[in-house]
Amino acid sequence: MGVTLSPSPSLDAALVISGLVKDVGPVPALDGRMKRIVSNISLTAHFGQVTALLGANGAGKTTTIECAQGLQRRNGGTVSLLGQDPETADAELRSRVGVMLQDGGLPPAARPVALLRHVAGLYRNPLSVDALVDRLGIAEFSSTNIRRLSGGQKQRVALAASLLGNPEVLFLDEPSAGLDPQSRIMVFELIRELRDAGKAIVLTTHLLDDAQRLADYVYIVNHGESVTEGTVPDLLNASTAAQTQRTMTFDAPPGLDTTALHRPGLACEETRPGSYRILGSLEPGDLGRFGQWCASLSLMPTSVHLASQSLEDVFLAIAASFEPAPKTPVPAPHQAQVPAAETETP
Amino acid sequence: MSSLFTDVPPAGAASLARRVLNHGRYEAATMLRNGEQLVLMIVMPLLGLIALAVTPILDGMGHSRVDMATPGILALCALSTAFTGQGIATGFDRRYGVLRFLSTTPLGKGGLIAGKVIAVLVALAIQVAIISTVAAFMGWRPSPGGVLLGIPLLVLGAAAFTALGLLIAGTVRPEATLAITNLGWILLAAMGGIVLPAAKFSDTMAGIVDWLPSGALGTLMRASLIDGRLDIFALVILLAWTAAGSVAAIKWFKWN
Repeated sequence: MGVTLSPSPSLDAALVISGLVKDVGPVPALDGRMKRIVSNISLTAHFGQVTALLGANGAGKTTTIECAQGLQRRNGGTVSLLGQDPETADAELRSRVGVMLQDGGLPPAARPVALLRHVAGLYRNPLSVDALVDRLGIAEFSSTNIRRLSGGQKQRVALAASLLGNPEVLFLDEPSAGLDPQSRIMVFELIRELRDAGKAIVLTTHLLDDAQRLADYVYIVNHGESVTEGTVPDLLNASTAAQTQRTMTFDAPPGLDTTALHRPGLACEETRPGSYRILGSLEPGDLGRFGQWCASLSLMPTSVHLASQSLEDVFLAIAASFEPAPKTPVPAPHQAQVPAAETETP
Repeated sequence: MSSLFTDVPPAGAASLARRVLNHGRYEAATMLRNGEQLVLMIVMPLLGLIALAVTPILDGMGHSRVDMATPGILALCALSTAFTGQGIATGFDRRYGVLRFLSTTPLGKGGLIAGKVIAVLVALAIQVAIISTVAAFMGWRPSPGGVLLGIPLLVLGAAAFTALGLLIAGTVRPEATLAITNLGWILLAAMGGIVLPAAKFSDTMAGIVDWLPSGALGTLMRASLIDGRLDIFALVILLAWTAAGSVAAIKWFKWN
């Protein structure tokens, strides 16, 4: 993975969102009142970085980037995209910004290459359609209707369409949704290449693995607010149980006496018969004691697994500490008025 | 590392004219490749023309059958292409996010609508060429001054029906747009005063038909192509529908 950078004032910001507020509605289930789906999101995206909005479905990620693209009108806060307000974006500003929508936004009856040529025609000096088709492996299905493509193939066409204007800022809404492993590698490599070419890439994802693998800087979004931010290592280190928290799990015959593995700051429990977990500030010496304990019992564990804290732990800890505040209306069962439904977690 | 994305000039936006013309051409090609649309746009009006020419429905109105029928059939073309055809296409584009994606490109929302209008005009020009040619072989002889008058009126009719079609496509689900615009086509074609003049209906019915955009366009086309005359009342009605439809579409059209 590339070197991670903290945003610093020396880097120009491509996108600055401050105190974004977005209401939708009126929502019948709220007696016709408006529902606030983004209450306070602030973020900055820099050139040469991948900035990720990470959050559960319905957290407000798509709404936030659609306000940044000028697709939705905000109800409060400010957005500066390449120094301009996206709500009044002209064709020149739009030519400098690439957008890949979550649903692709491709006409089902079109053929991929014909569509890409049409989109290219909207730019003065577009990138070569052939080069992008080649780079993203689109040639193999170039004459198939978009309707008949797999999710990963559609996603690659949508990505190519968003890149034709060689944008300075690229928005990717759930870029890995529906990708098969091969497409995923191709798309991720391309995102890193774009980052290295100095583009500002803003992506949303509900997949921690995506954020961990791609993002230089992460904003965690929960219930319409940006609750924490940082580089992936920062987030891992700053979390409450941080520095030394590790987990060791192993499988062995049930009912073993694990007292010998305990010490202050370290506990072992049998989470279910035959599955054990040691949790705490594990140190090298603890591994030695574990080995001795096994030897003393003539025990060969069927599996041993050692893990440091993952972004998932951070995310879950944060999500738990920001459970729905009373001011947030209960998600309405009637969803018709709420735009930008997000894809389900696979 | 070499990259597609470095050391290339900024792409920039193509000129407004090029963006809009490109998109108009793309939308027109999409329309003309669609078999169902072609049936609606070419086959149905041709069948209507032939039916009116071989049956006595329009007899006794002071003109030959084909002279009476052709102006209404041309008006029907505008209804088919602008209202039903473009309405349905736009409704599904909206469902699939095509409108949102294209509005983020240099084309923008304004260019997207302008391209759709161009596509309607291109398709309409093709329809008019085919229908007029067939009608001419069947003995249609429009008044020469009336042709010059009829062309801008047909364009106005297309504008009115495009606005109404986009209003429906932008406010309800695409399945509902499909149902409403197809049903609207049948109802307006059969008794909206487009093909059959209001005089063929009862007085009550004729009173309603005169106020419909379909009735107004049918009347305008017949008055100009048969008598070389501009029907001011029908013109005012059609202008009012165009204005109201455009304002409503701008106000209520939802892009997502």
